[in-house]
Amino acid sequence: MARTVWDSTVGKKTVMAVSGLVMLLYLVVHMIGNLKIFFGTGEFNGYAHWLRTVGEPFMHYEWTLWLVRVVLVVAVVAHAVSAYQLSRRDIKARPSKYVHKKKRASYATRTMRWGGIILGLFIVWHILDLTTGTVHSGGFETGKPYQNVVDTFSTWYGNVIYIVAVLAVGMHVRHGFWSAAQTLGAGSRTRDRALKTVANVLALLLTVGFVAVPVGVMTGVVS
Amino acid sequence: MKLTLRVWRQKNADAEGAMSTYEVDGISPDMSFLEMLDTLNEELILEGEEPVAFDHDCREGICGACSLVINGDAHGPERTTTCQLHMRSFEDGDTIDVEPWRAAAFPVVKDLVVDRSAFDRIIQAGGYITAPTGAAPEAHATPVPKPDADFAFEHAECIGCGACVAACPNGAAMLFTSAKVNHLNVLPQGAPERETRVLDMVAQMDDEGFGGCTLAGECATACPKGIPLVSITSMNKEWLRATRKAAKR
Amino acid sequence: MTTYADYTTGEPVADTKAPAGPVNERWDTRRFEAKLVNPANRRKQTVIVVGTGLAGGSAGATLAEQGYRVVQFCYQDSPRRAHSIAAQGGINAAKNYRNDGDSIHRLFYDTVKGGDFRSRESNVHRLAQISVEIIDQCVAQGVPFAREYGGLLDTRSFGGVQVSRTFYARGQTGQQLLLGAYQALSRQIAAGGIEMHPRTEMLDLIVVDGRARGIVARDLITGKIGTYFADAVVLASGGYGNVFYLSTNAMNSNATAVWRAHRRGAYFANPCFTQIHPTCIPRTGDHQSKLTLMSESLRNDGRIWVPKAKGDDRPPNKIPEDERDYYLERIYPSFGNLVPRDIASRAAKNVCDEGRGVGPGGQGVYLDFADAIKRMGREAVEAKYGNLFDMYQRITDEDPYKVPMRIYPAVHYTMGGLWVDYDLQTTIPGLFAIGEANFSDHGANRLGASALMQGLADGYFVLPATINDYLARNPHKDEVDDAHPVVQEVLAETEDRLNLLLSVDGDRTPDSFHRELGELMWEFCGMARTDSGLRKALERIPQIREEFWRRIKVPGTGEEFNQSLEKANRIVDYLELAELMCLDALHRAESCGGHFREESQTPDGEAARKDDEFGYAAAWEFTGTGEAPTLHKEDLVFEYVHPTQRSYA
Repeated sequence: MARTVWDSTVGKKTVMAVSGLVMLLYLVVHMIGNLKIFFGTGEFNGYAHWLRTVGEPFMHYEWTLWLVRVVLVVAVVAHAVSAYQLSRRDIKARPSKYVHKKKRASYATRTMRWGGIILGLFIVWHILDLTTGTVHSGGFETGKPYQNVVDTFSTWYGNVIYIVAVLAVGMHVRHGFWSAAQTLGAGSRTRDRALKTVANVLALLLTVGFVAVPVGVMTGVVS
Repeated sequence: MKLTLRVWRQKNADAEGAMSTYEVDGISPDMSFLEMLDTLNEELILEGEEPVAFDHDCREGICGACSLVINGDAHGPERTTTCQLHMRSFEDGDTIDVEPWRAAAFPVVKDLVVDRSAFDRIIQAGGYITAPTGAAPEAHATPVPKPDADFAFEHAECIGCGACVAACPNGAAMLFTSAKVNHLNVLPQGAPERETRVLDMVAQMDDEGFGGCTLAGECATACPKGIPLVSITSMNKEWLRATRKAAKR
Repeated sequence: MTTYADYTTGEPVADTKAPAGPVNERWDTRRFEAKLVNPANRRKQTVIVVGTGLAGGSAGATLAEQGYRVVQFCYQDSPRRAHSIAAQGGINAAKNYRNDGDSIHRLFYDTVKGGDFRSRESNVHRLAQISVEIIDQCVAQGVPFAREYGGLLDTRSFGGVQVSRTFYARGQTGQQLLLGAYQALSRQIAAGGIEMHPRTEMLDLIVVDGRARGIVARDLITGKIGTYFADAVVLASGGYGNVFYLSTNAMNSNATAVWRAHRRGAYFANPCFTQIHPTCIPRTGDHQSKLTLMSESLRNDGRIWVPKAKGDDRPPNKIPEDERDYYLERIYPSFGNLVPRDIASRAAKNVCDEGRGVGPGGQGVYLDFADAIKRMGREAVEAKYGNLFDMYQRITDEDPYKVPMRIYPAVHYTMGGLWVDYDLQTTIPGLFAIGEANFSDHGANRLGASALMQGLADGYFVLPATINDYLARNPHKDEVDDAHPVVQEVLAETEDRLNLLLSVDGDRTPDSFHRELGELMWEFCGMARTDSGLRKALERIPQIREEFWRRIKVPGTGEEFNQSLEKANRIVDYLELAELMCLDALHRAESCGGHFREESQTPDGEAARKDDEFGYAAAWEFTGTGEAPTLHKEDLVFEYVHPTQRSYA
């Protein structure tokens, strides 16, 4: 079965849809967690610590977090590899362009591709910035995420990179959620409006929720 | 009406092609687009030039032979086939670009004519119900609920023109394939081959070098018969169902 | 000087295959008497099928299912595009699902009578019997016929018959039936039973030792002329309505396959029987390339009229009621607008000839829905005819809800074709003709929704049963190949013909000749024919032919995709076939069905048949281009349905 799925364009799209939904679920949780920053250093840092102790005593320290990380890495890789392979295939399937150019709805397709690439690069920066601290702007300290976040959004480029990425997330989710529903066969004529509304609401909530943090830092609400 | 046409000319499959410019005059708004091309061709023949090759046959919008991208739109600006597009949809003095369907799976044969045999092979892979002549039970033996019959009909309306592929930014044949899968899979007569049909047809579609679906929706906008985009969703569902069932076996 | 009109009458021709006995047992008897081919030996027998419409598609699929090696051809890029796809109305079958008194015998009776007593009873009865099986077969294939809420099949009454026996799939019945056949064909192509050659056009027939052994065909992409050999050849190449240039046929539908077969010895029967459909969209100008039909169901609610005064060019809404002539209601008070196709067509021609036609060129009459909209409401009209109104509006840019439609008759179907016996075999052993290509079961006039029935009956059921008999009795021991002198000769003739077309390099396009021929045929061999008109046409056609070979211009070469060459080569055959049509129309000095001779009418202007003189099918034998052909009569015997004069007044 794995073979049939991976060898088929429809199958690969299914992989993209499922991995995308996994990441979407993660994003929602992540966004909610981020908002704790507005309740002060203690609550935010405490939340960050809790993330490492979830599941104890059954799970050892950080086991759950690593489990989530593994799932996420699998999802990201599966999503990216299928997207890359499908895109390669799509471009090959349409080798000559029309001479008469038109503005097309392939807008969605193109923003998905570019948005995906932007998000891929962002994830790398984001981890190096706030997880490992490798490229962090201030003095990165493990266990003090509140300060680390404030440091990042105190630089102009930190804000720019983050806000661009968040907008990309919004657009990606907006087409991606609806698209995943179609790929998984959940769409129908009667359900189409509802699915599009859910996609739009999700996209809007995620954008606003994520953008709130840098805006908070910039406006001094968070410092 | 007086028009400037820019038409894709390509001697044969191996030759390089390019747009050529022609002026046509005395075009009536009542002419169909193909009759306008007929007029151009009559002039070209008398000038000793080769007429523009294009596919056409029934000229009433049902055979699916005609296939032109007009000003970037498959079948032109109206939602119909090229043969049912009339010159009144254009203005006097317009410049009109005419190009063939573009897709790796539809190589150009000559000028505006392309090879769509990939569609035939997708049907051959499973777009049928195995019912040898003479083996049929009495027609009323199996009632078909009217909504299912209507659903089947709406998908069976596909004329196999290939506009969906031409319009798709990925050169995908999902709308064409889904139309046939949905037509046959919803009927009780199609049930015994329901799983193999969708799996085999999708596999053949991939083998022909069509692209994948990114749900851009251009196919459904271009479809002269109004096959909806959601038809692809239904096929995806059939495909997943068939894959799960195949895995269980 | 011998003219084409000086034909000779030869020996009568008879159908020797239909068994004697009661008409309802003949098909069973024939099937039992026909020899069978051992299943193991079928793989060794090759059958060529030309055409992939309802007849060809169903025949190819069925023969391959039986185990024969089928080699099939179509000129289109895909077998799915054959012109059967354009049939709108429906398909008749004597299922009697409505319990309204229908039966096989009634369908048989209606068809013989509708054909104006110029068809063969045995064949028509078989057609009515098989009609029932066709519906079963198509449903099993997944053809999405219209259904009722209970899930059972819906039917409607069609073409003026009093029972509801027409099965339909909205206005696209032909499309759905054809796709069913195409899918069956596709299954066999995938299984290796059929070698399919799309974009390949038959240009000649190979007859060796008196038997059809193969064809010469041109690959339309590469231009390569190839030979294909077989144990039997089946022509399912459709009708010849395109002789008229403007018709409802597809642009590339052509008569080359049947005409070339005729030239090689197959008799051509009743070529003058053409059906002219009354409800087509009129032409808009000289640029018109083809005509579009609208379902005649429109006549159920629309009223047909023209202005009373000649040359009245006021817009229709400005013409007061008392200045309108509802001529069908006036002349045929009991049937009104629902008179049969031929009568409605001729009446339209008459009023237009009087100078009372409407629209550009005065070639049209109004079909007015104003009363229907007033009576039923716009919504009801929309529900019933919405798609037809949309189609009309798209083509004419006029809103039929506000302005009356304009309609005019157009050539639609040809009842004539290659003469075949009960086995559908032509006068060349091993050459079969099915569907519209044969002269078939419709006599002088075809009833609505019967063309689809006949095409599928021939292809699914009749031919696959009867061809066995020929193949079983004629096992070919001797192989034929390109080296055979006959093959060499046919090949050379074909190549010479194409080379000649390319080399004339004149100053007229193929279309200009086609249009000229079409106008001549429409004028003199169209809806109403006269002795003098037909003689004029017979004089003119050889002149056009001569001019054609002097002035034709075909650009390009033969070794490439060349649509001008394809077209020109088809016109070569039209120019000969047209002559035979006119001759047949001239010799048949009676009116019957689609053939109306002005000299032969009743005092009130209706068609008058002459059964004593013309109660036969006219089968013509080719003797040479421009040479007078030989007429062979097949006497028609009516044991069950006795000839009566039609009356609709």
